[in-house]
Amino acid sequence: MKSAAGRRAAGLRQREKWLENGRRRKIRLSRGAIAPESFVEKPKTLAELRADLAAGRVKAADLAAGYYERIARVNPRLNVYLSLTKERAMAQAERMDAVAAKGDPLPALAGVPVGIKDVLVMRGAPATAGSKILEGYRPPYDATAVERLEAAGAVLLGKLNCDEFAMGSSTENSAYGPVRNPVDAERVPGGSSGGSAAAVAANLAVATLGSDTGGSIRQPASFCGVVGVLPTYGRVSRYGLIAYASSLDRVGPLAANVRDAATLLGVIAGHDPRDATSSAVPVPDFAAESDNPVAGLRIGVPKEYFAEGLDPEVRAAIESGVAALEAAGCVVKPVSLPHTRYAVPTYYLIATAEASANLARFDGVRYGPRSKNSETLSDMYRHSRDEGFGAEVKRRILLGTYALSAGYYDAYYLKAQQVRRILAEEFLRAFAEVDAIVTPTTPTAAFRLGEKTGDPLAMYLADIYTVTASLAGICGVTAPCGATQAGLPVGMQVLAAHWNEATAFRVARAVEEAGNRE
Amino acid sequence: MTAKVTVEDVERVAELAHLELKPDEAPRMLHDLNAILDYVAELNELDTAGVAPLAQVSELGDAAAGVLRADLPLPSLDRAVVLAQAPETDQVFFKVPKVIER
Repeated sequence: MKSAAGRRAAGLRQREKWLENGRRRKIRLSRGAIAPESFVEKPKTLAELRADLAAGRVKAADLAAGYYERIARVNPRLNVYLSLTKERAMAQAERMDAVAAKGDPLPALAGVPVGIKDVLVMRGAPATAGSKILEGYRPPYDATAVERLEAAGAVLLGKLNCDEFAMGSSTENSAYGPVRNPVDAERVPGGSSGGSAAAVAANLAVATLGSDTGGSIRQPASFCGVVGVLPTYGRVSRYGLIAYASSLDRVGPLAANVRDAATLLGVIAGHDPRDATSSAVPVPDFAAESDNPVAGLRIGVPKEYFAEGLDPEVRAAIESGVAALEAAGCVVKPVSLPHTRYAVPTYYLIATAEASANLARFDGVRYGPRSKNSETLSDMYRHSRDEGFGAEVKRRILLGTYALSAGYYDAYYLKAQQVRRILAEEFLRAFAEVDAIVTPTTPTAAFRLGEKTGDPLAMYLADIYTVTASLAGICGVTAPCGATQAGLPVGMQVLAAHWNEATAFRVARAVEEAGNRE
Repeated sequence: MTAKVTVEDVERVAELAHLELKPDEAPRMLHDLNAILDYVAELNELDTAGVAPLAQVSELGDAAAGVLRADLPLPSLDRAVVLAQAPETDQVFFKVPKVIER
């Protein structure tokens, strides 16, 4: 058993090794030995698409067909889409064209091509959750968020790749192969919503839905240079979301700009009787709220998010973002969140404990493949789960089962729940002093494929800046905020108190506008 | 909380979770679990005596969150539609291999 100081020293050495590796890679890049392959393309904004459609300059059906052409060309390289829902998409596009032709009022997302992370179910379409254990499953219903997007006129293009059961930070845990980052195809897009982020960055959808349990929307959005939203817990219904850790799981949008992400959240948010944790708190017009200027807002900068382990280039980018907010009239002040360093162990105990219970339902009885050659029920369970689950899913189920097992429950699971309260209350105290808190979304920019697959703990440690908000249930938006010298995007995370997404969007807009002026 | 996980522990937990570990998987999982548990032991530095556990953020005191619906029977998915997704049924029930080993 190492001492706390020993563990910290070991952690520091590990981080120094990463930084050193990073420096070596950059030198190689600057010599031009490796030319990054880029697929980045900016989609049109919702306002532009709407104007085109209303004026008859563009037909929704042509737009959708164009997206399918681009997907056919680019997807073999990026592995973003796992399946396409062409028939449903084209029927919806034609409905929207009929509305436009009649001159009837267009719904908020009329004709907008959208992709759905493959942990949200769509009636009749494959729903794999990135796992072999759901191969062949065709769910008989739509997730609430999916249903609301379509009711608002969105054209649902297909299902997006992700880490198996949303467990991962690189999309390398998908049973269907990794997603590649459109900025540099040798790098990961982040995860677990890697397909959702890469699809927006490469213009394989105008916007997408993802899910975020410990950072799974914010981290890939940051790695791919797009906007990602963590709504307040309870803001968006989880009905139809394949569960990972129910007290932490959230559904949220990703888009190419803050205002469009705000529009999408407005469409999917709101009470749903089919999810008992979904809230009746009124949903404001997030997009309109995001237009409000930021002058006078109090912005907190927590020193714990700028400590050891933060890449110097990421730090520099975030510091210029903070300076831009100050220039826009925000009152920037230091805040302290001293328990931040306990968030990763707390998160991994709670999330895996909940996962071990949630994933018990995958047993070869009701859906998905059943292992052949099993004499008894318990053999059938074990064989089906062994054949269906990948290594990371097994690792988390084992960890969670261990933390919940007799003799360890108090020491691990209960202890983690107590620390969860400390972390949540620490945020509540901070939000009495400031309107929003800004941090880097991730300690480094996108890493290389294969760089961390051999060391699960190293992969977990990189979630340090995102798991805190997950545990506290507060909301946040990540927006692009500069880049490293190698051209890799950096994201700024804007956190706000429960139900205060409007403020997070306002601040993210100011960060985005400062970036656009550069 | 600082106890090292043994191979026997991993096997017992795998059994509880209905997971099968291949011979080459067990040592890897043993190594990873020990590394992770060693790391999460950092939580022991914190005195949490008297802190109430937080299972759901709706417990933080927001009355508007987590409103329960009325407990009324409502139509659900059609049986035939649901059973169509199962590996083996008799059109009324899910079928499974024999439950009792002998």
